[in-house]
Amino acid sequence: MKNPRPLTALAVVALVLAAAFTTVLVANAATSPADAKGPVVLPPELASMPIEQAMLTSPPHVPPAIKRQYAARMVVNLEVREVVAKLADGVEYTFWTFGGSVPGSFIRIREGDVVEFHLNNHPSSKLPHNIDLHAVTGPGGGAASTFTAPGHSSQFTFQALNPGLYVYHCATAPVPMHIGNGMYGLILVEPKEGLPIVDKEYYVMQGEFYTTGKYGEEGLQSFDMAKAIDERPPYIVFNGAVGSLVGDKAITAKVGEQVRIFFGVGGPNITSSFHIIGEIFDKVYPEAGLSLPNRNVQTTLVPSGGATMVEFKVDVPGTFILVDHSLTRAFNKGALGMLKVTGPEDRVIYSGKEIDAIYLGAQAEAGSNSAKREAELKTQIAAAMSSNPTIAGLTKEMQIEKGKQVYMGLCFACHQPDGKGLPMAFPPLAGSDYLLADRGRAVRTVLKGLTGPVTVNGVTLNSVMPPQEAVLTDAQIADVLTYVYNSWGNHGEAFTSAKVKAIRAEIH
Amino acid sequence: MTPKPFLQLSAIALGLWLGTVRGAAANGTEQGSVLIPAGFYEPLIRSPKDLAKKPVAAFWLDEQPITNGQFLAFVRAHPRWQRSHISRLFADSSYLEHWTSDLNPGTQAPLNVPVVRISWFAARAYARWVGRRLPTTAEWELAAAAGYTRPDGKNDEVLQHDLYAWLARPVPPIQSTVTTARRNLHGARGLHGFVWEWVDDFNTALVTGESRADSGLERDRFCGAGSLGAKDSSDYAAFMRQALRASLQANNTTTSLGFRCAQDFSPLDPYSPR
Repeated sequence: MKNPRPLTALAVVALVLAAAFTTVLVANAATSPADAKGPVVLPPELASMPIEQAMLTSPPHVPPAIKRQYAARMVVNLEVREVVAKLADGVEYTFWTFGGSVPGSFIRIREGDVVEFHLNNHPSSKLPHNIDLHAVTGPGGGAASTFTAPGHSSQFTFQALNPGLYVYHCATAPVPMHIGNGMYGLILVEPKEGLPIVDKEYYVMQGEFYTTGKYGEEGLQSFDMAKAIDERPPYIVFNGAVGSLVGDKAITAKVGEQVRIFFGVGGPNITSSFHIIGEIFDKVYPEAGLSLPNRNVQTTLVPSGGATMVEFKVDVPGTFILVDHSLTRAFNKGALGMLKVTGPEDRVIYSGKEIDAIYLGAQAEAGSNSAKREAELKTQIAAAMSSNPTIAGLTKEMQIEKGKQVYMGLCFACHQPDGKGLPMAFPPLAGSDYLLADRGRAVRTVLKGLTGPVTVNGVTLNSVMPPQEAVLTDAQIADVLTYVYNSWGNHGEAFTSAKVKAIRAEIH
Repeated sequence: MTPKPFLQLSAIALGLWLGTVRGAAANGTEQGSVLIPAGFYEPLIRSPKDLAKKPVAAFWLDEQPITNGQFLAFVRAHPRWQRSHISRLFADSSYLEHWTSDLNPGTQAPLNVPVVRISWFAARAYARWVGRRLPTTAEWELAAAAGYTRPDGKNDEVLQHDLYAWLARPVPPIQSTVTTARRNLHGARGLHGFVWEWVDDFNTALVTGESRADSGLERDRFCGAGSLGAKDSSDYAAFMRQALRASLQANNTTTSLGFRCAQDFSPLDPYSPR
């Protein structure tokens, strides 16, 4: 191959995903058009079931609850159509749809039903499509039997063995592209005993759109396979478009009603942290397993290619925001919808803002005045201390003591504890004319060290004094020099650490 | 006769014969051809037994897809391929549905745009009528692998952009003319971005489990078998072409499926067909 490296990486990554999907295609070739097996011959007890046309609805609405207490033969006619529609303001996209909408039509059947499923691919479609319903037990979930060219129709029959809320989607290669163009929806298989009655039921699905343009870039956008493989969608939306459930398109309820939401994630890639701001899910059926709900859940995790059913009672009016709680998806990519609840307030449950008052910070005014006074007093004390000779003397004594500790821990090694140095090796400090003549030079010497010939009290020595700038702090240097200048007969003023600091900065 | 004059005479005879065939089909069906050089086609999906690179001999390919005007000349000459006469064995009920009548393409089918809604049988019949044939999958994909300015179309950004932009648009109610479309490196126009095209062996595009000789398992049917053999999963337009071919039966028609013809390249007559 011409460009092995990038293609190899890409192939390795995409291979696994292509694996499951191309197998469908492979199997399709063996079982599609030429291999139609003819209508299934039902055994007498199934053949005698009543036949019903399934009612399909567009999101966010769902067909009415199933009231019959027996299984039936349901005929589903689902059309595949490629339509250009709005993805966001000013942004258009060629959606591939089941039933003309994203997500596709909601299908509602009952446990035990035998479904005669017709997948009709509109002649205006550019591509063949098929369908994998997660409610189907059988190869490809139906995909192996519904591979349909444009302008053609496929039929297959399945029995709904398991109750539950299931995702369906197209499974034609490249599958992530077909799903990424909007080919997903939900099919509800009601349990035999039915679902509890609620006042409102709604249908919401989350999905990503991988457009070549950035979020909000206007015009007809194309699908971007590289972004899809990297899972970097510019759009993550509910029901196929930014703002599909916002404003006058919000879903609604009245105070006191029980609301049920069938929430699915078409993907193709991203899971959802489904949450409704201001509401708590009284019941959550995790992963849409309908037997045992969780109760009192704030945010529920919905896998890609999965669903959940949530139920809650609305108690107070207001606008409650549906989000994917991975929040940049909600606020920057479109995963945001609205539930508008109308009706009487209940201020005990939620009062709204009661009081708006001024707040001044950590202290009352009297306290902050006191802090100012304290700072003033501190300055006065410092001034008084430095100007008072007794106190000034005491502080100098303190420095001398501290400086002695520094000297006896470091400098004594060469200059000796008595300050007399070592003849022919290290100069004395006691009565040293060199030392006492220049205070600034004394500080610089301690900081930077000294090499070369130096004449002290008439004697020339040539040795090395190592620098102490990295070893001693400014305060320690001030203290040790104060000690040296006031010991062994030396007399001098104290050194300040501020002065040392200034000199250190100069000669740095 | 000595070999050399015999060959020369044969060449002349061949040329005359070809010329005659071309003459008969010349009324309204003039079509430029481009020579696609010999090369290798790397099948998108293959079983382990197939060659990774299939050699393809040089061949002539129509520069553009067959137009409504050209197909009109054909159905005029052969009434049994007209819309109201054709048997359902050879074309489904949508055959030439967009034409106003049997011999009048009408406003939905301008004469200079690719003909669509024709079946594989009809395309083959046309090709035979003009003395040619349909290209094979290998030949078509080899020709289409080239970019506008470089032999590897997958790295030609302009071509990739054009191709994926077309895939993102819905099928237009009236096709566009290919006459002014940009040529690819071999000189062919509109292999990408206009219509899907029939190939002679469209229904052998995928392994079907026939090759069970390797073991008792239907290896090529197992999960992954198809893709483990997939040459390059990033070339997803190729997957889509493959998907379309696999979904079709020979009498099917669609609103976005047309065709163009091919012809063997003969060293004895290197300038045909024109």
